[in-house]
Amino acid sequence: MIGIEHYLTVAATLFVIGIFGLFLNRKNVIILLMSIELMLLAVNINLVAFSSFLGDLVGQVFTLFVLTVAAAEAAIGLAILVCFFRNRGTIAVEDINVMKG
Amino acid sequence: MIQADLSVILPEIFLAVYAMAALLFAVYTGKDKLAKPLVYATALVMVVLAIYVGSSSTGTTEAFGGMFVNDAFARFAKVVILLSGAIVMVMGEDYMHRRGMLRFEYPILIALASVGMMMMVSAGDLMSLYMGLELQSLALYVVAAMRRDSVKSTEAGLKYFVLGALSSGLLLYGASLVYGFAGTTKFAGIITVAQHGEVSVGLLIGLVLLISGLAFKVSAVPFHMWTPDVYEGAPTPVTAFFATAPKVAAMGLFARVMHDAFGHAVSDWSQVIALLAVASMFLGAVAAIGQRDIKRLMAYSSIAHMGYALIGLAAGTEFGVEAMLVYMAIYVTMNIGTFAFILMMERDGKPITDINALNQFSKKEPGKALAMLVLLFSLAGVPPMLGFFGKFYVLRAAVDANMTWLAVAGVVASVIGAFYYLRIVFYMYFGKDGEEMQSRGSMLLNGLLAASAIAMVAGTFTTLGIENAAASAAATLVH
Repeated sequence: MIGIEHYLTVAATLFVIGIFGLFLNRKNVIILLMSIELMLLAVNINLVAFSSFLGDLVGQVFTLFVLTVAAAEAAIGLAILVCFFRNRGTIAVEDINVMKG
Repeated sequence: MIQADLSVILPEIFLAVYAMAALLFAVYTGKDKLAKPLVYATALVMVVLAIYVGSSSTGTTEAFGGMFVNDAFARFAKVVILLSGAIVMVMGEDYMHRRGMLRFEYPILIALASVGMMMMVSAGDLMSLYMGLELQSLALYVVAAMRRDSVKSTEAGLKYFVLGALSSGLLLYGASLVYGFAGTTKFAGIITVAQHGEVSVGLLIGLVLLISGLAFKVSAVPFHMWTPDVYEGAPTPVTAFFATAPKVAAMGLFARVMHDAFGHAVSDWSQVIALLAVASMFLGAVAAIGQRDIKRLMAYSSIAHMGYALIGLAAGTEFGVEAMLVYMAIYVTMNIGTFAFILMMERDGKPITDINALNQFSKKEPGKALAMLVLLFSLAGVPPMLGFFGKFYVLRAAVDANMTWLAVAGVVASVIGAFYYLRIVFYMYFGKDGEEMQSRGSMLLNGLLAASAIAMVAGTFTTLGIENAAASAAATLVH
């Protein structure tokens, strides 16, 4: 029997993979965008699982909002990335280092 | 029914519709030629809305089944957000225009970010919280990368985007857990579940993740990594905007979530926020010492100031929220003056941000140097200035809430922090001769610098008259 805890485990795993993708990735910024998307999708699994478990539709409405915002976020991220690529000629994560912080 | 709801969010709808109409109008007619009038028109709309919001309804009204709350707290924050946003936008217009980076999208993006910020401080539900936060963040990512041809600006935008998206992810994961374990996304529903001593582990994890996401937006340590880079890389007028309105909105949202949704479980979050506050104050004070770039320095300064504002929140009392609101209003006033000064710094028409350029500045421009001295003393929290009273308020809130150790830490950090503010004063008055800098200021910048400095001195007696407004705002928030 697959219960809510299985869904939560999958979501938590995906979320952690997403976070590790952000921090351990040394190659290129597109992978960062993919990691961010993975985190948001993990949240969606969480929300839908809870929604179904609680018998409450609000979670699914929330999911739709998250999906919409995720699309807008990806669009803006790619647009900024294109501007950055035009200036630097590279999208490697190691090359985002003009300012040291 | 829907009419009543719409009338509650009228200011937000108006600003959103204005932004969209202005965008269409500008695209179909003059494009960047319209940028200048659009800046002023947008500022006018924002000021009018601030007056409307500040003077209109009293009491608390809710719309859309509690998703949107219009109370004294939201109104206080909205007035500060709209006024500071309008002032900062007008302030940077000349700077951007002369360097050819004034685009018509700039005022429109600021207006949209302001809509997001107004949604944030009025959120009564995890969904409206998230939508407001994202509207603000998405607009700000673009504004940070406003100078498309500059490596620094686009890099700042990219860094801000990646770290901002990470923080939104954390916040959202926290929100999903809170939803699952509380069974509702409404703050009014969460507060009945989250009672003292019986908060379930899942709800607690959700709460901590929510706090992490919000701490990111207020740039509290350990979630501050983006701040110095974004402040340095973004064009100076944009940096000035980042340092004012969004900080107020994020702080307002923070207080709103903590008190509206978790107000009956203060002991569960006040220690976490106290930790964030201490770390922010000390890191802000220590890390700024090595900075030579005044924008980076202001970034660390804002991290430290957020630490002080968080003390008020950590106290978890009504007076704590009041102190936080007063502190934020004073912080915004100080920062407007300081950034008016930074916008004027240039050499041969090129903007400079190196603090060495300020050597012997008082010989050339005694008036401006004096105004900056007052502002820097105020930022450092030296007693006669208004900045001291802001700090005094939050520290008193901490003592009243039996968190004396937090107040002591705040005092120690402010002594360390005073060093780098006073060093700038030292350069201006006693520095060695070096390359000179010009300070080209329009009437507006000079006026804002003077007004802000005068407010720092005059406010000593009146606290700018915001005390009562902040007190009634805090009273509506704390249960």
